[in-house]
Amino acid sequence: MAIGLHDSQVKNPVLRWVDQRLPVITMIQKEYGTFPTPRNFNYFWNFGALAMINLMIMIATGIFLAMHYQPNTAMAFESVERIMRDVNYGWLIRYVHMNGASMFFIVVYIHIFRGLYYGSYKAPRELLWMLGVVIFLLMMATAFMGYVLPWGQMSLWGAVVITNLFSAFPVVGDFIVTLLWGGFSVDNPTLNRFFALHYLLPFMIVGVVFLHVAALHITGSNNPLGVEPKGPQDTIPFHPYYTIKDTVGIVVYLMVFAALVFFAPNYLGHPDNYIPANPLSTPAHIVPEWYFLPYYAILRAVPDKLGGVILMFSSILVWFALPWLDTSKVRSMNFRPVARMFFFLWCVSFVVLMYCGGKPAEEPYVTVSRIATAYYFAYFLVVLPLLGRFEKPMPLPESISRAVLGIKAMGAGPLPGGAATAKPMEKA
Amino acid sequence: MADTATKPSVPTAAIDAGKRDFLTLTATAFAAVGVGAIVWPFIASMNPARDVLALASTEVDLTPITAGMAVTVLWRGKPVFVRHRTAEEITAARAVPMSELKDPATDQSRVRRDPWLVVVGVCTHLGCVPLGQRPTDVRGDYNGWFCPCHGSHYDGAARIRRGPAPLNLPVPDYTFMSPTQIRIG
Amino acid sequence: MKRFLKIAALAGIVLLAAGPSGQAAGEARHPRDAGFGFASLFGTFDRASAQRGFQVYKEVCSACHSMRLLSYRNLLELGLSEAEVRAIAATFTVTDGPNDEGEMFERPARLSDRFRRPHANDAAARLANNGALPPDLSVITKARHDGANYLYSLLTGYGQEPPQGVTIGDGLNYNPYFPGGQIAMGQVLNDDQIEYSDGTNASAEQMARDVTTFLAWAAEPETEARRRMGIRVLIFLAIAGLLAYGVKRKIWAELKTKTA
Repeated sequence: MAIGLHDSQVKNPVLRWVDQRLPVITMIQKEYGTFPTPRNFNYFWNFGALAMINLMIMIATGIFLAMHYQPNTAMAFESVERIMRDVNYGWLIRYVHMNGASMFFIVVYIHIFRGLYYGSYKAPRELLWMLGVVIFLLMMATAFMGYVLPWGQMSLWGAVVITNLFSAFPVVGDFIVTLLWGGFSVDNPTLNRFFALHYLLPFMIVGVVFLHVAALHITGSNNPLGVEPKGPQDTIPFHPYYTIKDTVGIVVYLMVFAALVFFAPNYLGHPDNYIPANPLSTPAHIVPEWYFLPYYAILRAVPDKLGGVILMFSSILVWFALPWLDTSKVRSMNFRPVARMFFFLWCVSFVVLMYCGGKPAEEPYVTVSRIATAYYFAYFLVVLPLLGRFEKPMPLPESISRAVLGIKAMGAGPLPGGAATAKPMEKA
Repeated sequence: MADTATKPSVPTAAIDAGKRDFLTLTATAFAAVGVGAIVWPFIASMNPARDVLALASTEVDLTPITAGMAVTVLWRGKPVFVRHRTAEEITAARAVPMSELKDPATDQSRVRRDPWLVVVGVCTHLGCVPLGQRPTDVRGDYNGWFCPCHGSHYDGAARIRRGPAPLNLPVPDYTFMSPTQIRIG
Repeated sequence: MKRFLKIAALAGIVLLAAGPSGQAAGEARHPRDAGFGFASLFGTFDRASAQRGFQVYKEVCSACHSMRLLSYRNLLELGLSEAEVRAIAATFTVTDGPNDEGEMFERPARLSDRFRRPHANDAAARLANNGALPPDLSVITKARHDGANYLYSLLTGYGQEPPQGVTIGDGLNYNPYFPGGQIAMGQVLNDDQIEYSDGTNASAEQMARDVTTFLAWAAEPETEARRRMGIRVLIFLAIAGLLAYGVKRKIWAELKTKTA
């Protein structure tokens, strides 16, 4: 090995030549091949990989749609329908992209749920978690702007309502809104820039995903027990064990995806978005896409304009503080029966908010939204900080391998039962 | 069984050896087919869409074109030269011996019905549009068309005579719907 | 596998909770189920019905409603021959140009032309229709909740007595399926109003059924191809899933035996 070259272990001389100068093969081997991974993942741990796949699908379909789409108010609606009717497989690519947004949110919501339940946000994974929240915020911005592009009634009026949120801020509000619009209403300049940003943001997501994964590979993965691996007997190499397990998950995910795309492509959409945008008439009942409904319900739960906006943004921003709000040292809720109860109640409040967000702003939905909103925040700001002090968690297993192989697995996923130990791993 | 947990072993090599069994091969083949099937719609989407293909033919009314005149029509985004040739032009084009031609073709083989010559007006060198349609245009050394980009000369049958272009101007697929109307494409 | 089912169930709940959230505006009556064949999961469009439906659109609806996203060539997909479609197109004149004199001119429509619009623009359409704008029908069944059943119910929902205390506005008609109950469009389909070229009895109900089939096809012409492909994709994925699961079981079993 010459000085300055990477000490490559690759056998193939050509690949070795490359790897000595640019050790990508070594890196992939280290991060996705031998990477020591807790042996007790359940299928909830598939959803990170699924989100990655989903992002790739969205970028691929999006690029090909952009080859046919016209970001102009006079042509946008027709150009989308032209994609559906005249472009070869255009309907397929468009429906995959459209339902892909919903699939992305389903996958990411489950991924977040997993993180919340198993305490994946706790030390030393605070930054990993916060990067995840950044990805989620970018996703929301991207999805919102993407929904505007077909320039149907819901596109236009969704854009009007969401951009007007910023007018709630004192002093700078109107300035921000005009800046967002590039005019005096949501019009052609707005559509044009939303298209540009909708194309840009996914690549920023890719960047943050890279950081998210980089951070993950420093701390290593959490696991259903929330007990850190204590040695090689607690881990297995990522490949082939988790590559194949992820593959199973991907195929199931693709089946759900395909069922939506091929048999109910418009089920999650709103029919009003097939009416071309009309700035003179607002649809009788405007609702955002389903994945925004909980936040929409929080917004409407507050009678004050600025208060509603602030609370809505806070509902996600509070996640940034979560690693410090949760004072319990125990990660997995499998060992926190009391916290588990409160957590499931939080999930209920989330679903209730989602339901109320899709209903008109009238009783009883407003009151229900208020109660659910109150609990949503109380869980983070009151329950978790106090619970860490007062609750008595169940005893934690000594190690992953003891828990998995010794006693009957508690809450652990489907594992190859029986004795096992991982290969001894070089220090990564 | 738990007592063996302390004994380290090396499963990776064993797995590699047992990897190429029937099940894994089939699964891999399936994955390959799946990826191929996913790629195809993306590629196909870049081919001409149906509305583009529907505009793939153009009809031209020949009545207003008098002898010696030429018109340019747009067909599939490209100019098509339709020339009403005079008797002298036809005689001159047919008198050229094959040996003088870079891309030998008889005048008769390039014409469906006299006196009409229909060719795609895109220089076979690098795609410029040759001059020679308007009465004031330069028509080159062979009284046909002249491409100003790199100096290719075409004769009265739009055959390449001099310059870098390798081939004659192509004759598009067209039919006479009546003696005074053609459909290109 | 238990966790797995839980995830699937969770995804299902989210989907179900999200789907029917959007509500039709107004206090419209719920559409009747017309039992369309294409509405089922693997259904196809009844071509004969759709062709008759086009005739209804051409002879009745197109007086006021445009279908600006459709071209005459699209009718080929309905099973009409090229000669038939060319003949249909040629009965319409469209504006083309400018010609060499710089003038716009009229010519018979060709296959590649869009359906001719009844009015030059929306303002002209409003003027001709008492201030109401007849919506474009290109994607109408996609643009309404339960679109096909809604259209069918609406078209056959005329002639009923308005409920007590409801006064019908000037130039409006009572139709319980229309949001708000009052619609500018009058009852346009009447028994034997047109003569079907295939001899089918042109009852108002039959015409409503046929034109709805035509419009449902026009809104989603890809439906049949989509469902066919969907079946193949799902079968492929089901087999791929079994294989992947088999490989997974095998690999994880190796982990168990090889190290024991």
